[in-house]
Amino acid sequence: MTAVRHTGAEGFLQRFEGLRARLPGRRLPWLEALREDAARAFRAQGLPTRRVEAWKYTDLRPLGEAGFEEALSSIDGGQALPAAHGGGARAVLVDGRFRADLSALDGLPYAAGSVAAALPGLEGRIGAVAPAAALPMVALNAMLFEDGLLLTVPAGVPGGVLDLLSLASGGARPEAFHPRHLIRLEAGASLTLIETAMGPEHDGTTLHNPIYEIEVAEGATLVHARLQQEGRQGFHLSAVHARVAAGGTYDNFTLVAGARLTRNEIHIALTGPGASAHMNGAQLLAGGQHADTTTYLDHAAPGCASRQTYKTVLAGRSRGVFQGKILVRQAAQKTDGYQMNQALLLSPDAEMNSKPQLEIYADDVKCSHGATVGEIDHGQLFYLRSRGVPEAQARSLLIQAFLQEAVEGVTDETARAALGAAVSGWWEREALA
Amino acid sequence: MPAVTETLETVQSVTDSGYKWGFETDIEMEFAPKGLNEDIVRFISAKKNEPAWLLEWRLKAYALWQKMEEPTWAAVKYPPIDYQDAYYYAAPVQKAKPKSLDEVDPELLRTYAKLGIPLKEQAILAGVEGAGDSPSDSGRMPIAVDAVFDSVSVATSYKERLAKEGIIFCAISEAVQEYPDLVRQYLGTVVPQGDNFYAALNSAVFTDGSFVYIPKGVRCPMELSTYFRINAKSTGQFERTLIIAEEGSHVSYLEGCTAPMRDENQLHAAVVELVALDDATIKYSTVQNWYPGDAEGRGGIYNFVTKRAQCRGRRSKVSWTQVETGSAITWKYPSCVLLGDDSVGEFYSVAITNNWQQADTGTKMIHVGKRTSSTIVSKGISAGQGQNTYRGLVRVAPTASGARNFTQCDSLLIGDRCGAHTVPYIENRCMTAKVEHEATTSRIAEDQLFYCRQRGLTQEDAVGLIVNGFCREVLKELPMEFAVEAQKLLQISLEGSVG
Repeated sequence: MTAVRHTGAEGFLQRFEGLRARLPGRRLPWLEALREDAARAFRAQGLPTRRVEAWKYTDLRPLGEAGFEEALSSIDGGQALPAAHGGGARAVLVDGRFRADLSALDGLPYAAGSVAAALPGLEGRIGAVAPAAALPMVALNAMLFEDGLLLTVPAGVPGGVLDLLSLASGGARPEAFHPRHLIRLEAGASLTLIETAMGPEHDGTTLHNPIYEIEVAEGATLVHARLQQEGRQGFHLSAVHARVAAGGTYDNFTLVAGARLTRNEIHIALTGPGASAHMNGAQLLAGGQHADTTTYLDHAAPGCASRQTYKTVLAGRSRGVFQGKILVRQAAQKTDGYQMNQALLLSPDAEMNSKPQLEIYADDVKCSHGATVGEIDHGQLFYLRSRGVPEAQARSLLIQAFLQEAVEGVTDETARAALGAAVSGWWEREALA
Repeated sequence: MPAVTETLETVQSVTDSGYKWGFETDIEMEFAPKGLNEDIVRFISAKKNEPAWLLEWRLKAYALWQKMEEPTWAAVKYPPIDYQDAYYYAAPVQKAKPKSLDEVDPELLRTYAKLGIPLKEQAILAGVEGAGDSPSDSGRMPIAVDAVFDSVSVATSYKERLAKEGIIFCAISEAVQEYPDLVRQYLGTVVPQGDNFYAALNSAVFTDGSFVYIPKGVRCPMELSTYFRINAKSTGQFERTLIIAEEGSHVSYLEGCTAPMRDENQLHAAVVELVALDDATIKYSTVQNWYPGDAEGRGGIYNFVTKRAQCRGRRSKVSWTQVETGSAITWKYPSCVLLGDDSVGEFYSVAITNNWQQADTGTKMIHVGKRTSSTIVSKGISAGQGQNTYRGLVRVAPTASGARNFTQCDSLLIGDRCGAHTVPYIENRCMTAKVEHEATTSRIAEDQLFYCRQRGLTQEDAVGLIVNGFCREVLKELPMEFAVEAQKLLQISLEGSVG
C-alpha cells in the first residue's frame, strides 16, 4: 500500500488534547477509550493525501492549513429560523450542539433529542455502525464530537416528517464542529428526515464534520434528504453509515450546493434479504467550489436492490468528483444493482472526475453502471430556441430537467418537493450572479 | 436449474488438458548467469553487439528500476517475485546468424510447425510450388512472421518482399545494427525508461522483439506478425516492439504467444511502442495464449506488459484489439495518447479468466488534440475461480475541444466462485468534450441456454455460441485468420467450466 502522508492532522490532535477534559461524557470510561482509539487511528492515518487511492481527486490540504478552533455558539432564541418542510416537528443544532430551546419535538410518537444528554446510556451504540478506524473523518468526529441528534422510532410507528436544521454561527476565527447523529428505526417503522445545513451568514470559515449512524430494521423505511447549503468558506466532511435489515429501505438524497470543499461519503450495507437502497444526489457547483460524493454500497444478502442516480452541474472553476462502488458478495445472489452518474459542464474551466466501480463475486446478478460527462446538448438547446425560448431560459430549463431525474428518485413527496425547490433556487441564483 | 448444476459440476472437474501448446522444445540453449545486476545488463548489450548509447540507455533504466517499487494497485494476488531467481537471457545456440530458414535449427522449425506458425514463405508469392502448404493457404494473403524464441528472434519471413516497398520488418536487435538512427529516434519516446516498474525492467534487459517501419504513403501489403514463444525454464521474456507508421501509411500487426506447461511461474514483461504520424493507421491485434497454469492454479505466465501508442499526427489512428485467454496473471493496459487533432484511438478487448487466472486489464485514452475520439469495448468473462478486472482511464485535457469517448464494459460470470470487477476512471477538463461510459455484469441467461439446447446443441456448444456472441463486437475487429483462431481459443479456454 502507498504510505499515508500526514497533513495538518497535528492541529486536530492538539485540539483534542486541549479539549478532552471538557468534552461531554468525559467520566464514561467506554467513551474515553473510544475517543482514545479514534485519536490513535487519526494519528496513524492523518488527513489523507491524494496519494491515497480513495482521495485521488480531493485534496484536504486547505483543511489542514485552516487551524480550526472550538465553535462558540452565538445564535440565540430570538433569531428567525427558516420555515420547516414538514408538519412542524423540528430538531435544531447550532454549531453541532442540540438546542432544545429552538427545537419543536413535543408530542411526537417517537423519541428525539440530544446525544450529549443521553451519553451514559449509549455505550455500544456509538461506533456500532460507523467504526472510528474506518475513515479519517469518522475518526476525527469520534475524537471531538460533543452532541448530535438521537432518534429512535419504535417498531411499527409511522414517524411522519422531521426537519433537522443544522446551523453554523461562524466567528472571526475558523471554527469546527463534529456532530454525531444516531438514528434507529425499529421493525416496520417509518420516517422522513429532511436536513438543512446552513450558515454562517458572513464569510466565516467553518468545518462541519457530521457522522450519521443509521440502523433500519426489518421492514422499516427511512427517507433521508440532506440539503447542504453552507457558506462558501466552509468545509464539509461527512459520512453516512447505514445498515439496512431484511425488507427495509433506506432512501438517501444528498444535495450539495454550499461550502468551498465538500466530501460526502455514503456507506450502505444491505444485510438482510430483500433490503433496498436508493441513493440519489445532486452537486451544484460554481466559483471555486470542490465537491466529492463517494458512495460504497455493500450487497451482503441475497435478493437486494439498489438504485443510484447522481448528477453534477459545474459552473465557474468548480471541480466535481463522483466515486461509487458497488460490492456484491458471494452470498448476494439475485442482486439488482444500478448506478448512474452524470455531469454537465457549464464552463470551460470546470472539471469533473468520476470513478464508478463494480466488484462482483456472485454470478446470478444484474448490475450495471453508467457515467457521462459533457456540456448542454446543442440539439436540445436549438429545439427550445427555435420555439422562441430565450437562450438563458432554455439553458435553465435543460439544467433543471437534467437534475430532475435525480430528484424524481426520491420516494417521499415532501422530501422531493423540498429538494426540487432547492435545486431550482440554486440555478436562479447562479444565473443571476 | 439443471444447466447451472451441470455448469458447477464441470467447473469442479476442470483440467488443463485444453492447453495444447504446452510442450517443451529440447534444444541446446545458452544462458546468461542467473540473477540481475549491472553486469547482466552489460552482458545482454554485449551479446547483441549494441552501440554505447544503447548500453547507457539500458543502464539508466536499470538504475531507475532499482529505485522503483513494484505496483500493488491492481486487483491481482501473487507471491513476491524474486527477481534474482531468473535468467534474463536465454537463446538457442547458433553458430552464425542463419541466412535462410534452411540454416535454422530443425528442432526450432518443428516447434513452430507444431504451433501452426507458418515460417515458410508461401509458394504463392515466391512463385514456386510449395511442398507441404495446405491447399487452403494458397488463395490467401500471406502473413509475414517474426518468430521470437525466448530471448532472440530466430527467423523473419518475407523481409525481401517487404523491403521492396521500403518497409522494414525485422528483429529489434537487427534494427539496432541496421537502422540505429531510426531506433534511437523513437525508442523510449512513447514508453520512457522510468514509466513504470515493469517498463523500467524491460528497458534494462529487453532482448528481442519486432521493429516495424512503414514509410510515407505506403500501405503494407500483408499482415505483419510476431510469434512469441517462451521455452526455457526459469527465464523471463522481455521483448520490445517498436512500430513507426509514417505519414499516410497503414499497417496491420498481429501478435501471438504460447509457453510450455510448468509448475513454476515465469515472467513476461514486454514493452510495445507505437508511433502514428499524420493520417497513418496502425492496427495492432493480440491473441495472448501464454500458459495459464493448471486447474489448481500452479504455474502459468505472469504477463506484465506496457503497451502504448502515440497518435502524433493529425487524423492518425491506432486500434488495439486483444483476446486474452492465457497467462496466470495479466496486467496490461494498451493505451493511446491522442496528440494530433482528429486522431482516433480504439480498444477492443476480450479477457477470459478460468480456473485460478487473474486479469487486470483495460486501457488509457488520453485526449489532448482537438476533436480526438476514442472507443473502448471490453468484454470480460470469468469462470472457475477466475478474477477479471477492467481498469481504464479516459482523460480529456482542456485542449481537447470537441473530444469524444464511448466506453462499454460487459462482464459475464460463469459459476459462483469467480469475480468480475469494473474500475473506470473518467477525468474530463474540457467543457465541449463528451464522455460516456456504461458497464454491465450478468451471467448466461437460462432462456438463451434453453433455446440452444432445445435445438439440439450440447451444453458446451451452446455456451460457446453464447460466449462468442457476447464477444462478437471485439472478434469482428480481428483480421480473419486471427478471428477464427480466437473463436476456437475462447471455446478451449472455457473448456470444463461450461459443461
